[in-house]
Order: sequence, then structure tokens, then C-alpha cells
Amino acid sequence: MSADHRLTREDVAHVAGLARLHLSDEELDLFTGQLASVLDHAADVASLDLAGVEPTAHPLPVSNVFRSDEVRPSLDRDELLGQAPSVEDHRFRVPRILGEAP
Amino acid sequence: MTAPSPAADLAGSVRSGARRAQDVLEQYLAVVDDRESEVHAFNLVLADEARGRAAAVDELVASGRDPGPLAGVPIALKDNLCTRGLPTTCSSHILEGWRPPYDATVVDRLRAAGAVVVGKTNMDEFAMGSSTESSAFGPTRNPHDTTRVPGGSSGGSAAAVAAGFAPLALGSDTGGSIRQPAALCGVVGLKPTYGTVSRYGLIAFASSLDQIGPFATTVADAALTLDVIGGHDPCDSTSLNRPAPLTLSVLDDGVDGLTVGVLTELLEGADPDVAARVRQAADTFAAAGAKVEEISVPEVRLGLSAYYLIAPAEASSNLARYDGVRFGLRVDAEDTVAMNTATRSTGFGDEVKRRIMLGTYALSAGYFDAYYGQALRVRTLIIEGFARAYERCDLLLGPTTPTTAFELGSKVDDPLLMYLSDVCTIPSNLAGHPAVSVPFGSGADGLPVGVQLLAPALQEGTLMRGAAVLEAGAPDPSATVSAGKGGRSAS
Amino acid sequence: MSADTEWEMVIGLEVHTELKTATKLFCGCRNAFGDEPNTNVCPVCTGLPGSLPVLNQRAVELAMAIGTALHCEIRPSTFHRKNYFYPDQAKDYQISQYDEPINADGWLQLPDGFRVGIERAHMEEDTGKTTHAGASGRIHGADYSLVDYNRSGVPLVEIVSRPDIRTAEQARAYATELRSILVASGASDGKMEEGSMRVDANVSVRRSAADPFGTRCEIKNLNSIRSVGRAIEYEAERQIALIESGEQVVQQTRHWDEDAGRTTALRSKEEAYDYRYFLEPDLVPLVPDEPWQAAVAATLGPMPAERRDGLAELLSDGEGGPSGAHRDQIVTVVDLGLDGLVTAAVAAGVGAPLALARTANEAATRADAARRLDRGAYVALLTMESAGSLSATQAKAVLGELLEAGGGDPAAIAARLGFEAMSEDSLASTVGDVVAAHPDEWGRYKEGEDKLAQFFIGQVMKATKGQANGKAVVAELQRLKG
Ligand SMILES: [Mg+2]
Ligand SMILES: [Zn+2]
Repeated sequence: MSADHRLTREDVAHVAGLARLHLSDEELDLFTGQLASVLDHAADVASLDLAGVEPTAHPLPVSNVFRSDEVRPSLDRDELLGQAPSVEDHRFRVPRILGEAP
Repeated sequence: MTAPSPAADLAGSVRSGARRAQDVLEQYLAVVDDRESEVHAFNLVLADEARGRAAAVDELVASGRDPGPLAGVPIALKDNLCTRGLPTTCSSHILEGWRPPYDATVVDRLRAAGAVVVGKTNMDEFAMGSSTESSAFGPTRNPHDTTRVPGGSSGGSAAAVAAGFAPLALGSDTGGSIRQPAALCGVVGLKPTYGTVSRYGLIAFASSLDQIGPFATTVADAALTLDVIGGHDPCDSTSLNRPAPLTLSVLDDGVDGLTVGVLTELLEGADPDVAARVRQAADTFAAAGAKVEEISVPEVRLGLSAYYLIAPAEASSNLARYDGVRFGLRVDAEDTVAMNTATRSTGFGDEVKRRIMLGTYALSAGYFDAYYGQALRVRTLIIEGFARAYERCDLLLGPTTPTTAFELGSKVDDPLLMYLSDVCTIPSNLAGHPAVSVPFGSGADGLPVGVQLLAPALQEGTLMRGAAVLEAGAPDPSATVSAGKGGRSAS
Repeated sequence: MSADTEWEMVIGLEVHTELKTATKLFCGCRNAFGDEPNTNVCPVCTGLPGSLPVLNQRAVELAMAIGTALHCEIRPSTFHRKNYFYPDQAKDYQISQYDEPINADGWLQLPDGFRVGIERAHMEEDTGKTTHAGASGRIHGADYSLVDYNRSGVPLVEIVSRPDIRTAEQARAYATELRSILVASGASDGKMEEGSMRVDANVSVRRSAADPFGTRCEIKNLNSIRSVGRAIEYEAERQIALIESGEQVVQQTRHWDEDAGRTTALRSKEEAYDYRYFLEPDLVPLVPDEPWQAAVAATLGPMPAERRDGLAELLSDGEGGPSGAHRDQIVTVVDLGLDGLVTAAVAAGVGAPLALARTANEAATRADAARRLDRGAYVALLTMESAGSLSATQAKAVLGELLEAGGGDPAAIAARLGFEAMSEDSLASTVGDVVAAHPDEWGRYKEGEDKLAQFFIGQVMKATKGQANGKAVVAELQRLKG
């Protein structure tokens, strides 16, 4: 698989699932077309032969940035939990979890 | 000549006790009352909060202490900068009602310098856009022509300064989100070197590209603001452990003996009137004693494609945390997966969904190498291309945007067309270099034109020297008249 | 089981260990177990918008210490984002080392000399803790769940072995040895019951060592050394049964149910998740230079294997090396971190067998107290016993008091308990009485039936309530024998 594979409706549906987004059929059609055209434009990048070129993930030539192992004050629990949609005995409450973490 | 600095003058008069910060504030709030309803620059005007701050500044002066270099200067903050206890929305329904339990580092530094935060400005949702039309709270309008967009994503901040709601504003620039709206609104917009301004408390769009920077009516005010907010922050691992380059002190040094390259690739696709202003800017440099030459960096042509793979990829991960568990919107459902999905599908707008999906796809198994991996290699090519250009040139010159401000709604249905309005600004983000947009007259339609200056990493000093020269030689003041009105009425 | 005979197991272990730092991996929140929920939290470890991670230098040094102890190569490394949605994952991605781990290519030697290869030992952050509300208290059938982020961002090192392990016994030995190495290196407290050390096992079976590896299953939730062994035994049996009944092993992740004593499928390889790993843009590369590596290595004390060799040296009679019984005692005292007591006693002139026996048999039964015990007192006690001024029984009683108090003067305690060594004459008269009371045993002893010495010692001990010294009794018997 690579750039020469054109984005399909199924690809978009799969990606939406990974991203925890629900798309209606209309949205699926609309986004498939729009994303495909962006990816077509990106073909100029995808098709280049850049075998010898090192990737740059970050513009900074910096390394070894640390903090010392010193305790800093935590947030006020009520201020933190006060922003949560649902709380029960000082914990964040969520609906049923259907499975273990992947 | 000395570069004009209304904000500095204002702070000076407050520090000397000649003017009260509270009076200065009321003057600006009056302008807000007058035009905000038509411009919609703000998501939230913090009048009471600001009045409290201004009073505190006046007390400091009264008690003989110095509130700092921005004493009593009103400033507008893009609504992706965390303000403790005050709503911070990124113009998204998913963050509606959220009050961060902490302040962004830049907010701490502004307050420590005596600045007075007047409000949180409208933006494209999560900074994804070039027109401020993707805001969940409706678009901001260009103060020069309210049928036009202010640009984006920091459209609210640019419009606030252009409309005279505040002499200063902060924005964030990931692919041009400070410079492009600055150009379309006729104000100065500066994107510093990556790592110069702390990102702590800036709600991330694309972490390796995001950088906070100032909007101002003049080059000197932008330099002053950068000097206040810049510098090392231990809370940001990517913050450079060195003093921020001091730009204010060198503004009047001129460009005599510098070499300015006109970057031909940036002129491709620029409207003729915009291109003409760039040529005129080049002449201004020549007249000021700079050596001006044409220069080509073909790699920048690949910038747009690389950017629209890298930025969405990082965004798809940065925006995962909006899951309805700890803060912000929750749309309830039977189980947690359904709750996450309902929350995100309801809370995010279309442009954000598009970019999350684009980025998820670019990172997904089977496509990573073809898209994200390739884009990172192109990023290397662009950095190398600039390096070659800077062997010959001290600064590079081009348009900030291919056109002047476009009509509201004219590009919303064509994402790719919208993305193209960032084509001139993206290369600096990919390289991590500083760049500034300076108002330089108007286009055929009478709307502001911005010319863009680019410099190598950490050369903000040289960059702003050049910007000051452009400012002094700018042809048509009418393009910044409404910003000037606010600025003058306050000084 | 049949796997030991005709089948061979192929086992690799992945061990997650929490690092003993004061704060979390990327923020200044306390790294503590059992605090009130959501009290050790900040914008960073709860994934609030705008927050950024900053790497804890101490955590890096502990990770390097583990790598050094496992003979790994310490390398320049980077952090990636592992993207997946889960409520205990505050940012909905985990910051973890991916293709450039800080430690790689090491080995761990089991007490029996067998070497298990270490593929990598990388750094990553822990998740928050989810409790499931409802009848079962388990994730399945729960009505809803509650999340506490105190553990979110706690530093972990994940140690991945090569598939070199061949028996459940070896797996137990590996986990035990790794645990004592982690404790010895100061990186972890090794408390499996508190989740400080968590084990996953990759298990497959094959008919012979010549065959290629079979399809493997990953077993999660092994929270004790015991369950490591049990789960592997069960899983191998399960796979063998499948194959022998003509079915196939499906590559899966399986969950060990300690109570039911069996593994159950979580998900199969087909559903393998797409984590979309990419370089974490909020962090910069980690490049441990030579001087730093050397400084960390210099802080490491001797590791368990070296300490066992040292004791074996003390115990070996000539070229034979220590006896089997001694070897087991050595493993015990080193694993419990009590070998320091033995070496200290021997250094003070106490016989190595006595020092080892008292430590492995008595001190080991109260290991925590023994680790805290004042060494001087322990050495003084064993010196008294080996000099014969205390009997074994008395010494054990005094040791009990020392462990209770954490120290003290053994002589004083002995006196308080009324243990003084018996005078020569009172011993002689007691032995005389015993001999008189058992004429025919005495007769056989005089004929040369030496083992009867034990009988007389026993009788004398009974008569003296254990106060007599065995050696002294034998000496008296010899004298009477003339
Ligand atoms: Mg792991
Ligand atoms: Zn924290």
C-alpha cells in the first residue's frame, strides 16, 4: 500500500473509527472526496525519491532536556474535578468500558 | 528616525503617572463597544477582569513601584492560550465552558510586565483554517471591509488590533496563522523562531510547528512584545535554553550592507497587485542601502503538501484527549467508546474532523512511509534549501499571502483552495525560522497588502531591523488607518 | 506434564517495573502508591489542553542503572506517541520508547548459570487506575467505571526478554532473579502485590528444539511469581491439547484468571491495533554520554549473581564448591538481601556454615526485620554461639529478641533470659549423671558406636533445657571414655 492507492470511502470510515468520529453517509461521501483531493495534491511529495534524505521530525537541534526529581504542588482536586463532566467519590466517572485497553 | 511605538509610549505615560491605566483601558473598551458587534473579534471580552488589573497597575505606580515595560497596555489573547479560571475555548464547542486550572507561560509574563488582558479572541476552530470561518462561534469580519475575512487562524487577534480594540494581541502561527491575518488586516504580525516563546499553555494544534507571536500596529511594538514573552521556560522541553534575541534595541540599525533576496517561488501565484507591492518593498530596501537580488529555493514548492501531512498527523494525536472524560463537552452514551464518539462527533466542526482523519490516515499502518515519512524528508530538503539561500542573503522577501482579504464564504466549500492561502507562510514553520508580515500599502481593491520578511533561526534582530525599514518606506498609510485611529486615540 | 517430555515450551517475558522516583516521569507530581484518588495530579498527567511533558532526570538514571545491571548497551534514544483511546490514558496516547530504546541487547544469568537474553529495556509512562462499579467489581458486567490519575505518568521501564526461556521453572527463576536485580539496582521496590512489577508472558510450544517456533499467545495480568509459573504451565497444556487434537493455536492476547486458574482470550492478532506510533514532538532526544553512563554505573553495588559467587567462595570446601543445601541457602539469603549479614559475620571470624545457616533458616523467616537489624548485634550473637558461650537453641532465642527490637546487646539479652554458658564442672556432673542413667548405651558408645554421641547430647540438652554446648558435651564424653 502507498500513495498510488486512491483514498476510498472504506478508508475514511476505518480512519473515522480509529479517531472515534461518527460520520453520516453524506459526510462520508463529502469527506472522501475532499480528503482524496488533498492527498492527490500531496502526490508531489509522496512520489519523490528521497531515499538518501534524513527525515526531520523537529526543527530544533536540541537534546537532553530534563527536570530534577523534585515534587511540585499538585492541582487542587476540587478545581480539577470541578471541570469534569461526571465525578463520583473524587474520581472521574465514565460509562461502561466494554473491553481491556488494546 | 526612530520606529514608532505607541504601546511603549502608552506604557511610558502610565509608568510616569502621566496617565492612569484605568483611563487607557476605558478608552479602548469604548472602541470595543463601538465596533465589536460588527467585527466579532472576541469570544469573550474580560472588561471586569481587565478593570481589576488596570487598577492594580495604577496602585503599583502610586506606591512608587514599576509595573513593567507593558504597564497598563491592553492586550488581546487568542482563545487557545490558557487563562486560569477564565473560559478558553479554541472556538470549539468541545471546550465550551472549560476553565483551565492554570495560566499559559506567556500570560504570566504579560501580567508580570504590567499588561492588561482585555479579552480572548476568535479563531478558526483549534487554529485549523485561514479565514476564522471555522470558528464554532461564527466568523470574525475584516475591520477594513466587513464582507471580507480577516484571515486566520488568528483572525480575531489581527482584527482586534486593526480595529483599535487593543494596541497589542497574541496569536499562534502553525502555518501562517499570525502572518496571514496580519497581512489581510493591515497590521504587523511576527512568528518567532521555534523554541523562542514557550508553548506551555498554548493548546496544541501541531506541536513541532506551533509558535506564539505578537500582533501590533508597529514593528517596534511587536519587538517589544516579543522581548517580554520570549525566553527560556523549563515547562517546555522545546523552549531554547538561551535568552530570547532582544529585538527592540537594534530596530534603528537599518539594512545598509545587508543582502535581501527576493524569493521567487513565493511570487508564483501571487496576484499582480500583491507582487507589485513586493517589488516596491525590494526597491525600498535598495534605497536603504541593502543589496537586493532574486533568489530561488525550489524546495519551498513542496512545503504546502508536506505541511498538510505533518500538521494533521500531529493534530490527530494532540486532539485525541477531547474524549469527554476529564473536561469540556460530554455527550452521554451507553458505553465509553460510544460516549467518546458521540462527544467528538458533536463537539468538533467539519474542518477539525477533516484534519483529524487526514492525519490519522497519514500515520496509519501502510501509509506512514508514503505520506508522513516522505513529508518529514521534504522538511529536511526545505531546511537545506533555506540554508543555501542564507549563505548569500541575510533576509528573504516575498508576499505574505497571494491575495488581499477574500470574501466571506468564498473558500469554505473547497478545503484545498483554502489551504493554498498559506502557501507563502508555511515554509518558515517547517524550517522553524522567524518571519514577519509588515503592512505595505494596499492592493487594487484598496485592501491591505502585507509583505513578508524571512530570516534564519534566531535572527529576529536582523528580521526586525528589516521590518522597521519596510515600515518607514510603506507607501500607503490608508491601509492601516483604522488601526492607527485606535492607536492614536490611545496615545 | 507432557511438555517436559515430548514437547518444548518457548517463553519470553515482558516485565513492567515502576521506578522508585520521588516524582512522575514527565511532571512534578508525587510518585506514591495508595494516596487519596486524584491528589497527585497536574495539567500534564491529566492530559489537560496546553500542558507539556518534561523528562525526569532521575528516572532516566534509574533506567540506565537497570540497563547496566542487565549488561545492556545504553544508547541515544527517543520517545514516541502510542496512540489509542482508553479512559485511564489521560492524553489518549502513551509516551513510550519505540524503535530507539535507551537499553538494548543485554542478558540476565539465572542462579543455575543459564543466560536469558534481554532484547530491550525501555522507558514509558504508566496509566491511571480504573475501578469498576457494579456487582462484579470487574470490567465485565460493570455498570460504570471510575478513574484515578494518581498513577498516570508514573515512570516505568519495560524489560523484554528474548524467547530463550524453556520451562515454567526457568520463567519463575527469571522473574525472581530480575526482581532482586531491580531491587539491588535501587530502581524498584519490586513489590508485585502493589503492582510495582507486572509480568506478561509470550508462550508457544513445539515438538522439538529443532522445530521452528510455534504460534505464540501473550498472557497478561501475572501479578505474582507463583502465577507466572501457573499461567505458563496452564497455557502450554492448553496449546498442546489443541495441537494434539488436530486444532491450531491462534495468536492471541490472553488474560490469566488467578482464581479460576486459567487463561481466557482477550483479542486475536487479526484485531491487532493500529497505534500510529510517531516521534513525540513535545520531547527532545535523550543522549546519555560516556561520563554520565560511567557515573550511573559507579553508583551500582554488586548484583545478586556476584554476591552469590562471593558466598559460594566462602562456603566451598576445596574445589568441590558449596553443597546443594548450601547452594539453596545462598540463593535464599541473596534473594532476600540478607547476604550482608552472612559476610559480616564471616569477616568477624564466625564459621561460614553457621553464619549461612542462621541467616537462611532463622533470619530469613523474618526478612524485613532482618534487613533492618543492626549488623554489629547480629555478628556479636553469632560470635558468642560459635565460641560455645551460647547453645544453638539459646542463640535462636536471642536472635528472636534482636529482630523484635531491631538491635541490642546479645550478651545482655542472653543474661536476661538466664542463658549463661554452663561452668565446666556442672556440665561434667550432668554428663556423668546421664552416662550413669544409660549404662548399655554408654557401653556401646565405649565399644566405638560414635553416633550414640548424638543420643547423649540430646539427653544432656534435655537435662539442661538446651543450655549445654554440643561440642563441650562430646569433649566430656571423650574424656570419660578415656
Ligand atoms: Mg509497554
Ligand atoms: Zn502531574
